[in-house]
Amino acid sequence: MSGEQLTVGEVVATGAVDVDRDDLVRYAGASGDFNPIHYRDDVATSVGLPGVLAHGMLTMGLAVQPVVERFGGDRIRDYQVRFTRPVPVPPEGSVRLELEAKVGLVEADEARIDVVAKVGGQTVLGRAQVRVALR
Amino acid sequence: MSVAVDLKGRSYPDTAPYLVGREKVREFARAVGSSDPLSLDPSAAVAAGYPDVVAPPTFAVVVQDLTLAQLLADESAGVDFSRVVHGDQRFSFSRPIVAGDLLTAAMTVTEVKTLGGNAMVTAESVMRDGDGAHVVTATSTLVVRGDA
Repeated sequence: MSGEQLTVGEVVATGAVDVDRDDLVRYAGASGDFNPIHYRDDVATSVGLPGVLAHGMLTMGLAVQPVVERFGGDRIRDYQVRFTRPVPVPPEGSVRLELEAKVGLVEADEARIDVVAKVGGQTVLGRAQVRVALR
Repeated sequence: MSVAVDLKGRSYPDTAPYLVGREKVREFARAVGSSDPLSLDPSAAVAAGYPDVVAPPTFAVVVQDLTLAQLLADESAGVDFSRVVHGDQRFSFSRPIVAGDLLTAAMTVTEVKTLGGNAMVTAESVMRDGDGAHVVTATSTLVVRGDA
Protein backbone atom coordinates (compact mmCIF):
# COMPACT_ATOMS: atom_id res chain seq x y z
CA MET A 1 0.00 0.00 0.00
CA SER A 2 1.01 3.59 -0.43
CA GLY A 3 2.32 4.52 2.97
CA GLU A 4 3.46 8.02 2.21
CA GLN A 5 1.20 10.74 3.52
CA LEU A 6 2.27 14.27 2.68
CA THR A 7 0.35 17.44 3.45
CA VAL A 8 0.67 20.63 1.44
CA GLY A 9 2.65 23.15 3.46
CA GLU A 10 4.36 20.52 5.59
CA VAL A 11 8.11 21.01 6.09
CA VAL A 12 9.69 17.72 4.98
CA ALA A 13 13.36 18.59 5.30
CA THR A 14 15.67 21.34 6.44
CA GLY A 15 19.39 21.81 6.27
CA ALA A 16 22.26 24.24 6.60
CA VAL A 17 25.59 24.01 4.85
CA ASP A 18 28.65 26.21 5.17
CA VAL A 19 30.32 26.95 1.85
CA ASP A 20 33.95 28.06 1.65
CA ARG A 21 36.53 28.51 -1.11
CA ASP A 22 37.71 24.93 -0.74
CA ASP A 23 34.19 23.79 -1.59
CA LEU A 24 34.25 25.86 -4.78
CA VAL A 25 37.55 24.35 -5.90
CA ARG A 26 36.27 20.86 -5.08
CA TYR A 27 33.09 21.50 -7.09
CA ALA A 28 35.09 22.95 -10.00
CA GLY A 29 37.11 19.74 -10.19
CA ALA A 30 34.15 17.42 -9.76
CA SER A 31 31.96 19.20 -12.30
CA GLY A 32 34.55 20.39 -14.80
CA ASP A 33 33.34 23.99 -14.49
CA PHE A 34 36.61 25.93 -14.28
CA ASN A 35 35.22 29.40 -14.88
CA PRO A 36 37.76 31.52 -12.94
CA ILE A 37 35.06 33.76 -11.44
CA HIS A 38 34.58 30.86 -9.03
CA TYR A 39 38.13 30.88 -7.68
CA ARG A 40 39.92 34.11 -8.68
CA ASP A 41 38.95 37.44 -7.14
CA ASP A 42 40.91 39.43 -9.73
CA VAL A 43 38.97 37.85 -12.59
CA ALA A 44 35.65 38.18 -10.75
CA THR A 45 36.15 41.87 -10.02
CA SER A 46 37.39 42.55 -13.55
CA VAL A 47 33.96 41.54 -14.88
CA GLY A 48 32.12 43.67 -12.34
CA LEU A 49 31.36 41.07 -9.68
CA PRO A 50 31.83 41.76 -5.97
CA GLY A 51 34.29 38.86 -5.77
CA VAL A 52 34.40 35.11 -6.20
CA LEU A 53 30.94 33.57 -6.48
CA ALA A 54 29.72 30.06 -5.78
CA HIS A 55 28.83 28.16 -8.95
CA GLY A 56 25.07 28.42 -9.44
CA MET A 57 25.11 24.70 -10.10
CA LEU A 58 26.84 24.10 -6.76
CA THR A 59 24.09 26.02 -4.97
CA MET A 60 21.53 24.02 -6.95
CA GLY A 61 23.28 20.77 -6.04
CA LEU A 62 23.54 21.61 -2.36
CA ALA A 63 19.95 22.87 -2.17
CA VAL A 64 18.43 19.55 -3.20
CA GLN A 65 20.35 17.45 -0.67
CA PRO A 66 17.80 17.67 2.17
CA VAL A 67 15.18 16.41 -0.29
CA VAL A 68 17.53 13.65 -1.47
CA GLU A 69 18.13 12.59 2.14
CA ARG A 70 14.42 12.58 2.91
CA PHE A 71 13.19 10.68 -0.14
CA GLY A 72 16.23 9.12 -1.86
CA GLY A 73 17.96 10.59 -4.88
CA ASP A 74 16.55 8.02 -7.29
CA ARG A 75 12.99 9.21 -6.66
CA ILE A 76 13.59 12.68 -8.06
CA ARG A 77 11.82 13.03 -11.40
CA ASP A 78 12.36 16.72 -12.02
CA TYR A 79 14.33 19.52 -10.43
CA GLN A 80 14.38 23.14 -11.47
CA VAL A 81 15.65 26.41 -10.08
CA ARG A 82 16.02 30.01 -11.12
CA PHE A 83 19.27 31.73 -10.14
CA THR A 84 18.01 34.95 -8.60
CA ARG A 85 20.90 36.17 -6.45
CA PRO A 86 24.63 35.47 -6.66
CA VAL A 87 26.35 33.90 -3.66
CA PRO A 88 29.72 35.58 -2.96
CA VAL A 89 32.14 33.37 -1.00
CA PRO A 90 34.86 35.18 0.97
CA PRO A 91 38.53 34.09 0.81
CA GLU A 92 38.46 33.29 4.52
CA GLY A 93 35.61 31.83 6.48
CA SER A 94 32.42 30.69 4.79
CA VAL A 95 28.84 31.56 3.97
CA ARG A 96 25.92 29.58 5.33
CA LEU A 97 23.28 28.29 2.96
CA GLU A 98 20.03 27.66 4.85
CA LEU A 99 17.50 25.31 3.32
CA GLU A 100 13.88 24.49 3.95
CA ALA A 101 11.82 22.09 1.85
CA LYS A 102 8.03 22.17 1.99
CA VAL A 103 5.35 20.19 0.22
CA GLY A 104 3.95 22.40 -2.53
CA LEU A 105 1.59 20.01 -4.28
CA VAL A 106 0.52 16.39 -3.92
CA GLU A 107 -0.65 14.43 -6.96
CA ALA A 108 -1.55 10.79 -7.54
CA ASP A 109 1.96 9.44 -7.84
CA GLU A 110 4.23 12.39 -7.19
CA ALA A 111 4.68 15.42 -4.98
CA ARG A 112 6.18 18.80 -5.70
CA ILE A 113 8.59 19.88 -3.00
CA ASP A 114 9.43 23.58 -2.90
CA VAL A 115 12.85 24.51 -1.58
CA VAL A 116 13.69 27.87 -0.03
CA ALA A 117 17.44 28.56 -0.09
CA LYS A 118 18.74 31.56 1.81
CA VAL A 119 22.09 33.17 2.49
CA GLY A 120 22.14 35.89 5.14
CA GLY A 121 18.34 35.87 5.26
CA GLN A 122 17.96 36.52 1.52
CA THR A 123 16.70 33.94 -0.95
CA VAL A 124 19.26 32.97 -3.59
CA LEU A 125 17.14 30.61 -5.70
CA GLY A 126 13.72 31.21 -7.16
CA ARG A 127 11.07 28.66 -8.06
CA ALA A 128 13.23 25.83 -6.69
CA GLN A 129 10.96 22.86 -7.22
CA VAL A 130 11.63 19.15 -6.92
CA ARG A 131 9.20 16.55 -8.22
CA VAL A 132 9.46 13.36 -6.21
CA ALA A 133 7.88 10.00 -7.03
CA LEU A 134 5.58 8.80 -4.26
CA ARG A 135 5.25 5.21 -3.17
CA MET B 1 28.28 40.96 -31.02
CA SER B 2 24.76 39.86 -30.41
CA VAL B 3 22.95 36.55 -30.53
CA ALA B 4 22.19 35.29 -34.04
CA VAL B 5 18.67 36.12 -35.24
CA ASP B 6 18.14 32.58 -36.50
CA LEU B 7 19.48 30.85 -33.38
CA LYS B 8 16.08 29.60 -32.24
CA GLY B 9 15.54 26.07 -33.50
CA ARG B 10 19.22 25.42 -34.16
CA SER B 11 20.29 21.86 -33.30
CA TYR B 12 23.73 20.47 -32.69
CA PRO B 13 25.09 16.97 -33.38
CA ASP B 14 25.18 14.30 -30.69
CA THR B 15 28.08 14.64 -28.31
CA ALA B 16 30.68 11.88 -28.11
CA PRO B 17 29.48 9.17 -25.68
CA TYR B 18 30.26 9.94 -22.03
CA LEU B 19 30.90 6.91 -19.82
CA VAL B 20 29.64 7.61 -16.30
CA GLY B 21 32.30 6.38 -13.90
CA ARG B 22 31.71 5.22 -10.34
CA GLU B 23 34.45 7.34 -8.83
CA LYS B 24 33.31 10.41 -10.81
CA VAL B 25 29.81 9.97 -9.38
CA ARG B 26 31.21 9.63 -5.86
CA GLU B 27 33.51 12.64 -6.33
CA PHE B 28 30.58 14.72 -7.59
CA ALA B 29 28.34 13.50 -4.76
CA ARG B 30 30.92 14.58 -2.17
CA ALA B 31 31.29 17.97 -3.89
CA VAL B 32 27.56 18.69 -3.54
CA GLY B 33 27.46 17.54 0.07
CA SER B 34 25.52 14.37 -0.60
CA SER B 35 25.21 11.72 2.06
CA ASP B 36 22.96 9.52 -0.09
CA PRO B 37 24.20 5.90 0.20
CA LEU B 38 22.86 5.26 -3.32
CA SER B 39 25.47 7.70 -4.64
CA LEU B 40 28.33 6.78 -2.33
CA ASP B 41 28.05 3.07 -1.59
CA PRO B 42 27.92 0.59 -4.49
CA SER B 43 26.49 -2.14 -2.24
CA ALA B 44 23.62 0.15 -1.18
CA ALA B 45 22.91 0.91 -4.84
CA VAL B 46 22.93 -2.79 -5.74
CA ALA B 47 20.63 -3.56 -2.81
CA ALA B 48 18.22 -0.96 -4.21
CA GLY B 49 18.25 -2.69 -7.60
CA TYR B 50 20.77 -0.58 -9.50
CA PRO B 51 23.86 -1.97 -11.23
CA ASP B 52 26.11 0.67 -9.62
CA VAL B 53 26.03 4.00 -7.78
CA VAL B 54 23.25 6.46 -8.65
CA ALA B 55 24.36 9.97 -9.62
CA PRO B 56 23.03 13.00 -7.70
CA PRO B 57 20.33 14.82 -9.70
CA THR B 58 22.54 17.69 -10.79
CA PHE B 59 25.30 15.38 -12.07
CA ALA B 60 23.55 15.60 -15.44
CA VAL B 61 25.15 19.02 -15.85
CA VAL B 62 28.52 17.34 -16.47
CA VAL B 63 27.18 15.83 -19.69
CA GLN B 64 25.02 18.85 -20.50
CA ASP B 65 28.15 21.02 -20.42
CA LEU B 66 29.48 19.13 -23.44
CA THR B 67 26.49 20.45 -25.39
CA LEU B 68 26.72 23.99 -24.04
CA ALA B 69 30.37 23.98 -25.12
CA GLN B 70 29.14 23.37 -28.69
CA LEU B 71 26.93 26.44 -28.46
CA LEU B 72 29.69 28.64 -27.06
CA ALA B 73 32.16 27.38 -29.67
CA ASP B 74 29.74 28.14 -32.51
CA GLU B 75 30.86 31.61 -33.57
CA SER B 76 27.83 32.01 -35.80
CA ALA B 77 25.57 31.66 -32.73
CA GLY B 78 26.96 34.88 -31.30
CA VAL B 79 26.83 33.77 -27.66
CA ASP B 80 29.75 35.50 -25.96
CA PHE B 81 30.76 33.37 -22.98
CA SER B 82 32.18 36.32 -21.05
CA ARG B 83 28.71 37.92 -21.10
CA VAL B 84 26.73 34.83 -20.12
CA VAL B 85 24.94 34.49 -16.80
CA HIS B 86 23.08 31.31 -15.88
CA GLY B 87 19.40 32.26 -15.57
CA ASP B 88 17.65 29.04 -14.77
CA GLN B 89 18.15 25.30 -14.91
CA ARG B 90 15.96 22.24 -15.06
CA PHE B 91 16.49 18.49 -15.16
CA SER B 92 13.65 16.15 -16.15
CA PHE B 93 14.38 12.47 -15.62
CA SER B 94 13.02 9.29 -17.12
CA ARG B 95 15.34 7.48 -14.73
CA PRO B 96 18.36 8.42 -12.63
CA ILE B 97 21.85 8.35 -14.13
CA VAL B 98 23.80 5.29 -12.94
CA ALA B 99 27.52 4.57 -13.13
CA GLY B 100 28.18 2.53 -16.26
CA ASP B 101 25.75 4.56 -18.38
CA LEU B 102 27.09 5.59 -21.76
CA LEU B 103 25.34 8.90 -22.37
CA THR B 104 25.09 10.97 -25.50
CA ALA B 105 23.47 14.39 -25.54
CA ALA B 106 21.83 16.37 -28.30
CA MET B 107 21.04 20.05 -27.86
CA THR B 108 18.47 22.27 -29.50
CA VAL B 109 18.02 25.97 -28.91
CA THR B 110 14.31 26.12 -28.11
CA GLU B 111 13.79 29.79 -27.33
CA VAL B 112 15.49 33.13 -27.82
CA LYS B 113 13.97 36.21 -26.25
CA THR B 114 15.18 39.74 -25.92
CA LEU B 115 14.57 41.50 -22.66
CA GLY B 116 15.91 44.93 -21.83
CA GLY B 117 18.92 44.66 -24.11
CA ASN B 118 19.76 41.14 -22.94
CA ALA B 119 19.15 37.95 -24.87
CA MET B 120 17.64 34.98 -23.06
CA VAL B 121 18.69 31.78 -24.79
CA THR B 122 17.00 28.54 -23.76
CA ALA B 123 18.74 25.32 -24.76
CA GLU B 124 17.44 21.81 -24.23
CA SER B 125 19.92 18.93 -24.05
CA VAL B 126 18.40 15.48 -24.39
CA MET B 127 20.53 12.68 -22.93
CA ARG B 128 20.10 9.07 -24.00
CA ASP B 129 21.77 5.88 -22.88
CA GLY B 130 23.64 3.34 -24.98
CA ASP B 131 20.33 1.71 -25.99
CA GLY B 132 18.94 5.04 -27.18
CA ALA B 133 16.50 5.30 -24.28
CA HIS B 134 15.83 8.72 -22.78
CA VAL B 135 17.49 9.31 -19.42
CA VAL B 136 17.24 13.02 -18.71
CA THR B 137 16.62 16.32 -20.42
CA ALA B 138 18.57 19.30 -19.12
CA THR B 139 17.24 22.75 -19.93
CA SER B 140 19.19 25.93 -19.33
CA THR B 141 18.31 29.53 -19.88
CA LEU B 142 21.41 31.63 -20.44
CA VAL B 143 21.19 35.38 -20.10
CA VAL B 144 23.54 37.02 -22.59
CA ARG B 145 24.12 40.57 -21.42
CA GLY B 146 23.85 43.21 -24.11
CA ASP B 147 26.53 45.69 -25.14
CA ALA B 148 24.83 48.63 -23.45
